[in-house]
Amino acid sequence: MPRIAKPAKVKKLSHTLPLLSMISPMVVWLVAFLVVPLAYVVVVSFMTKGPYGTIKWAFSLDSYAGFANPVYAKVFGKSVEIAILTTIFSLILSYPVAMALSKMTGKKKMLFMVLLVLPFWINGLIRLNGWVNILRETGIVNDTLKLLGLGQIQFMFTDGAIVFGMVYSFLPFMVLPIHNSLSKIPPSLIEAAADLGAKKHRIFLRVILPMTVPGIFSGTIQTFIPSLGAFYISDIMGGGNTMLLGNLIKNQFTSARNWPAGAALSVALILFTLVVMKLYNRVGKIEDLV
Amino acid sequence: MGSKGKLRNISGSKSVLNGIAYLAYIFLYLPILVVIIYSFNKSEVNVEFTGFTMKWYGELFAKDRDLWTSLRTSVELAIYSTIISCVIGTFATIAMHRYKFPGKQLIENLLYIPIVIPEIVIGIAFLATMSMFGVDMSMATLVISHVTFCIPFVIFTLRPRISGFDASIEEAAMDLGATQWRTLRRVTLPMLTPGILASALMSITLSIDDVTISFFAAGPDNTTLPIRIYGMVRGKISPDVYGLCVVIMAATVLLAGVGMLIMNLNAARTRRMRED
Repeated sequence: MPRIAKPAKVKKLSHTLPLLSMISPMVVWLVAFLVVPLAYVVVVSFMTKGPYGTIKWAFSLDSYAGFANPVYAKVFGKSVEIAILTTIFSLILSYPVAMALSKMTGKKKMLFMVLLVLPFWINGLIRLNGWVNILRETGIVNDTLKLLGLGQIQFMFTDGAIVFGMVYSFLPFMVLPIHNSLSKIPPSLIEAAADLGAKKHRIFLRVILPMTVPGIFSGTIQTFIPSLGAFYISDIMGGGNTMLLGNLIKNQFTSARNWPAGAALSVALILFTLVVMKLYNRVGKIEDLV
Repeated sequence: MGSKGKLRNISGSKSVLNGIAYLAYIFLYLPILVVIIYSFNKSEVNVEFTGFTMKWYGELFAKDRDLWTSLRTSVELAIYSTIISCVIGTFATIAMHRYKFPGKQLIENLLYIPIVIPEIVIGIAFLATMSMFGVDMSMATLVISHVTFCIPFVIFTLRPRISGFDASIEEAAMDLGATQWRTLRRVTLPMLTPGILASALMSITLSIDDVTISFFAAGPDNTTLPIRIYGMVRGKISPDVYGLCVVIMAATVLLAGVGMLIMNLNAARTRRMRED
């Protein structure tokens, strides 16, 4: 049977049905369970706190006025500080790991890639608790120090411990995107630079590092943003001594039962993330993020 | 510099890199090692190692109904969310790869929301909305919340695989008279299977370890394992919890090992078939 070219309009119509049936479940799902809830949070942030943790449906800016409270500024500052430190240390540790991974081949590479994500199958809280056992006052490190007569070091329940726990928890999210970028560099480019007489450190600074900027930024976003909200890490590693943004928001929705205040903090966190993303957009494409 | 010197230089820096990488892996696995050791510790308080015992494993299998129930909840949750997010995500990936349509960029941006907005905000937004509609938290709300954050990861894992496709194979199927549905079922989906499996693995990994979103979306009767552990971790962790984690770890390593073996066998078979 000879094929007859269909008129364009008919062809378009025949695509509409499969397109709609394939894409609408995803769109409907994300709108209903993500966009609507986020919009609702924005609305709640402009409402009044009712008695017993209810929301009184009267417009007010009380929750935003609460930002004048110096405690909020302190919590916000501390959260950003810890997130920045986490990102820097994670980057310093991850870059060599990603480079080592990118130089591996075959089965060895596969094994090390699997080993990088395998810990995620073991509960993250238990892994952090493992660190608590190593670092606490009567833990493995301090017991060894005492045995050697070197005294004790207070590791746990400090801001340093929180940063440590965050670097530990988010490490693969930094390593994988950098490795991704590294593996996209054509080897011929590095060979060409070497043939032209560039020294190793020069090849790294002028060829490898610039080519991995998208990976670095992607890893930075994927480390920095979760660091702002991960309340359980500061709970465990900080022992509740340090309140971060995530803890503050969680408290408003649980113990303090001031939902409008928690919602306003969430809106602030969303806005802050959007600003970070806007900055990211100048140096990298959002498509490179994943 | 002679070529021999250059080679030595390169292998020298490589061993430094490998050294740092090995240290990083020790950093990743050291607390896991401690958990394994403490699961065999006689002392209940786990301050020091007082002797080897299998007692906690005995208690784990004999008594701890709550822990096993939580594990069951976590596994069921991961399976349901993975199936739903893979089905929804796969069709969406195919549609977005194959068609141009108005609003595509908007949908694209929608997918980045769960990735760029901190989990805690997504969790409380979900909780607040459900409570507005008077919905009680249950297994269903848990599954819904997990599917929501898994969908984008499924799509982003699948997308590079579909863009590497030879579109002419699908066109050939249609030219030979296959309907769109038949082409999808017999050509597109089978070609996508490895990618779908990778997405499924991704979403199981995300779901099974999630603390933040589950904290807000779980009802009192469906405590997941991470949430139950979160309840304990600030107080005292009983050694049987370490035992359970070791059991899970052993099962995971076994599964990963079997998976790698199957992949190796498949690769070897494909090579042999090519050689023949």
